[in-house]
Amino acid sequence: MLILTCPYCGVKAEETELSPGGEAHLKRIGPKGTAEEFEAYLFARKNIKGVHFERWRHAYGCNKWFLAARDTHTMQVYGTYKAQTAHATDEIVANARQARAEWVPDWPQASEAVVA
Amino acid sequence: MPSPRSGRYSVFAIAREALRQHQGWNRAWASPEPRERYKVVIVGAGGHGLATAYYLGKNFGITDVAVIEKGWLGGGNTGRNTTIIRSNYLQDPSAAIYDKALKLYENLSQDLNYNVMFSPRGLIMLAQTEHEVRGYKRTVYANNLQGVSTEWIEPKRLKEIVPIINIDGPRYPVLGGLYQARGGTARHDAVAWGYARACSDMGMHIIQTCEVTGIETANGQVQAVSTTKGRIGCEKLALVVAGHSSQLAEMAGFRLPIESVPLQAMVSEPIKPCMDVVVMANTVHGYMSQSDKGEMVIGGGTDSYNAFTQRGSWHHIEETVRALIETFPMISRLKMLRQWGGIVDMTGDRSPILSATPVGNIFVNCGWGTGGFKAIPGSGWAMAELIAQGRPGPLAAAFGMNRFREGRFIDESVAAGVAH
Ligand SMILES: Cc1cc2nc3c(=O)[nH]c(=O)nc-3n(C[C@H](O)[C@H](O)[C@H](O)COP(=O)(O)OP(=O)(O)OC[C@H]3O[C@@H](n4cnc5c(N)ncnc54)[C@H](O)[C@@H]3O)c2cc1C
Ligand SMILES: [Zn+2]
Repeated sequence: MLILTCPYCGVKAEETELSPGGEAHLKRIGPKGTAEEFEAYLFARKNIKGVHFERWRHAYGCNKWFLAARDTHTMQVYGTYKAQTAHATDEIVANARQARAEWVPDWPQASEAVVA
Repeated sequence: MPSPRSGRYSVFAIAREALRQHQGWNRAWASPEPRERYKVVIVGAGGHGLATAYYLGKNFGITDVAVIEKGWLGGGNTGRNTTIIRSNYLQDPSAAIYDKALKLYENLSQDLNYNVMFSPRGLIMLAQTEHEVRGYKRTVYANNLQGVSTEWIEPKRLKEIVPIINIDGPRYPVLGGLYQARGGTARHDAVAWGYARACSDMGMHIIQTCEVTGIETANGQVQAVSTTKGRIGCEKLALVVAGHSSQLAEMAGFRLPIESVPLQAMVSEPIKPCMDVVVMANTVHGYMSQSDKGEMVIGGGTDSYNAFTQRGSWHHIEETVRALIETFPMISRLKMLRQWGGIVDMTGDRSPILSATPVGNIFVNCGWGTGGFKAIPGSGWAMAELIAQGRPGPLAAAFGMNRFREGRFIDESVAAGVAH
């Protein structure tokens, strides 16, 4: 059974206590978006076989949304983090890199990061 | 299809071989080394890939075809499913392609000269909530307009057809059912093997243990695939890889509206014949039929998050079994022999994609999700048409991937929620 630690209340929750919310960090497309952008936002998913970031809700606990980094191939959990974050923490990145040396995050790294 | 290479199967062949210690049977398909180039390369030797190859040869005379498989043929979802066959879908495009498949299944053993053990034993979808009663009645009306014969049956009649069922369970009473007498099952491996043998007989190459690792394009047109057995050139490429569709699409540089999740099934120890019909309980995600060996074949629900483990979550087994035991009390003492999972390719509207792609001469067939075994012959037929002619025929037309951009969904999430 998949076990994720809720980053808010700290509970180690089994998957039956959680409710999954799909791919994380999707950027919402507003009214000015093109049909292609809107389609991509609604339907096109990375569906990664490997390091995957996703949303979860601690449904039978504190009921808050959080994010998790999980390997969809090995089921290893690299860590969980709060929802109000643009991308996973350095610690999670390090965990993932340790398991998959070839993996690189697809967001700008700390040195080059732009604060939004 | 006559079988020049593997020899035609018949009662005379059995008699002949009986007299010579069965020394004369040939291998059902050849295992050739790949050539440098083919007119059509199909990635994925599941039922859909093999059927696509077969109808390319049979209906269009295109036999310069290779089917490339990373594992063994039929080792994906085709060899892992609970083999339910039905065509009682809600929307017209679905009814058309699934019923075409069912009609082809009816004669598939003769057509392939291979016994696929198609068994039209009838299929019932149980209505266990008021919502389902309304939903299935609506499906019956739709089916009758589509020319797909199904009927609504009341609990009493249902109990006659399925004596082992408990219709007045406290939690999930059986309020009636959607009955398709033409539905049933077939032997999953035999479907893959029968198509493979027929393709091999036409001179097509089925190349197993050969993984596609890259797709080469130039000027927006496909050129070749790189594989663990080297580069293989092609004029046209079909991606028919179910749970790995997103990975192949990424190699070609586009994205699909697909997410991959595990779906599980299990079988019990064999018991005496007790249920000669397929029963689906969609509310509780339990599906049950009895195999010819006597095992109860049980399908469950999908995991609700992406994974590629071919295993699935433990609690789904518990939920499925718990619900089925209430509806079929006699199975409570049964031992389960095996449990497994397959990675199913889910689309947002729970309908498949048969489509051209942003890359010239690359076609995809995917998104069959939890219910594509029943569709294999119809899907192969429609896909062959799409590849040979470069544009979809009437069966595939509605299933293009642009429907997601254009809002033309083929919503089967009622009829096929997680149904097989
Ligand atoms: C547990 C379970 C129960 C089901 N029950 C039913 C049911 O009762 N009725 C029903 O109609 N449907 C059912 N289904 C769904 C059905 O099994 C599938 O929709 C159908 O088999 C898909 O066939 P396919 O040929 O598209 O895919 P597959 O049979 O999965 O074939 C795809 C092939 O592509 C290969 N491949 C992947 N990547 C590569 C690569 N890079 N290079 C080369 N080859 C590659 C794979 O190894 C695989 O063999 C069930 C599925 C599961 C998992
Ligand atoms: Zn919590």
